[in-house]
Amino acid sequence: MLRADGITVAYGRQRVLRGADLEVVPGVVTGLAGPSGCGKSTLARVLALMLRPDAGSLSMDGTEIHRWRHRAARDLRTRVALIFQQPRLAVDPRLTLREIAEEPFHATGRPVEDLTDDVGLTPELLTRRPHEVSDGQLQRACVARALALKPRYVICDEMTTMLDASTQAHLVARLETYRKETGAGILAITHDEELLTRWTEPSGGPTVRMS
Amino acid sequence: MTSSLTVHDLSVRFHLPGATVHAVSEASFEVRQGECLALVGESGCGKSVMAHALMGLLPGNATVSGSAWLRTEGAQPLDLIAAPEKVLARTVRGRRIGLVPQSPASHLTPVRTARAQLTEALRELGSQASADELAGRAGLDPAQLDRYPHQLSGGMAQRVVNAIALAGDPWLIVADEPTSGLDRPLVEATMAELRRLADDGRAVLLITHDLRAAEQVADHIAVMYASRVVSHAPAAEFFAGPRHPYAAGLLEALPSRSFVPISGRPPELTDLPSGCAFRPRCDRSTAACSDLPKAGPVACHHPLEHHVAR
Repeated sequence: MLRADGITVAYGRQRVLRGADLEVVPGVVTGLAGPSGCGKSTLARVLALMLRPDAGSLSMDGTEIHRWRHRAARDLRTRVALIFQQPRLAVDPRLTLREIAEEPFHATGRPVEDLTDDVGLTPELLTRRPHEVSDGQLQRACVARALALKPRYVICDEMTTMLDASTQAHLVARLETYRKETGAGILAITHDEELLTRWTEPSGGPTVRMS
Repeated sequence: MTSSLTVHDLSVRFHLPGATVHAVSEASFEVRQGECLALVGESGCGKSVMAHALMGLLPGNATVSGSAWLRTEGAQPLDLIAAPEKVLARTVRGRRIGLVPQSPASHLTPVRTARAQLTEALRELGSQASADELAGRAGLDPAQLDRYPHQLSGGMAQRVVNAIALAGDPWLIVADEPTSGLDRPLVEATMAELRRLADDGRAVLLITHDLRAAEQVADHIAVMYASRVVSHAPAAEFFAGPRHPYAAGLLEALPSRSFVPISGRPPELTDLPSGCAFRPRCDRSTAACSDLPKAGPVACHHPLEHHVAR
């Protein structure tokens, strides 16, 4: 279980999270809802070990987290993946889509596996760079990248807000397949109530509301 | 006479080394004062290129054919495609057509207040209106104009760019994905603003991937697929039962409906299939579909039967 207890984060003097608690349980989709500016994305970054909170504790499968970002043990860091709202801001514009999706293998020195086929990218698209593809195509590469190292937890931070209905349904279905195959825990962050219901229902996961 | 924009057989091609991108193919539609037309489609179907073509903002490697007649009350009709850049710059952009850009937050200059940017637009366009007046028209409290972009909420930033788009009192508003990256309450607020502009007697061309946003504001829905307008219908009719199989699939993919994606993937605009471009993904396709369906309200050889309105 990925478990956050009393997480508090401030940017400068502005406190964006005050004592937030959340549990992401393997095998189910946990929903996280709340209006914009309530700290959902900040909590997502804490859970992905990308931001050290000012107070509170985080544990992953019983291991207390003490180190963050690149200081975190690789085994813990790669156990959780984050998918961002805006794919364009989440990729290196100099890389091709294939290189983007394969980055995690190179970063960890593992043999490269082909994983882009099932997110719906053609071989031709994989040779292109971010400015030559649409947001939907780029987000598909980001989903492939997030799933590359078979994370036990996947945090989807408004993953489909920028995308059309069909691409949204496709990517959510891809994550559902991944969850069923691997028993991963998914955190679905969205303010879209209809999407939240649709996504959390099949696994009977809870929805946490922030304000 | 009401002002209107009539697009006829508009095609846009980009020439890349070794490939031609078919970005827009023989698109035709019309938008009139007091109406909102939503152009919807999957990302990468060519809908943003359409907006740029109308504003004369395409890069140099683009070839455009067809016509886009801008008929403005009290002025000579103007073909936006044939018009020289000078004419577009002096009489069209900002004055007859206002552009509401994608992502207001990144469109505004971060180091200048909203008022400074609005005043600049008014000065450049030679408008007599004051910044406060314009702010009021866009639903902003004039006091908020003295803030810098980072001090504005998403909704306020949206109203600032709307106010800038309205600075030259254009009758046609082209909104290119005005809601991408906004959360639902902000999307709804933005759509309400666009509706208000249409109700005030402007024409609104909304370009979006968000069907629910389009449903909230549009009078007519045009669906683009692989560079073509494949379906064109009054909004109520469209949402009650779209007749084009692609439009129906797109609507069914919504979480509020069956949440099932359309199988397969959209074709590359550099490598479009002959005939109906939706044929490889369509479960109704037959041999007839290898011929290009006639453009019209439903560009399909086997349109769905009309459902009874819910």
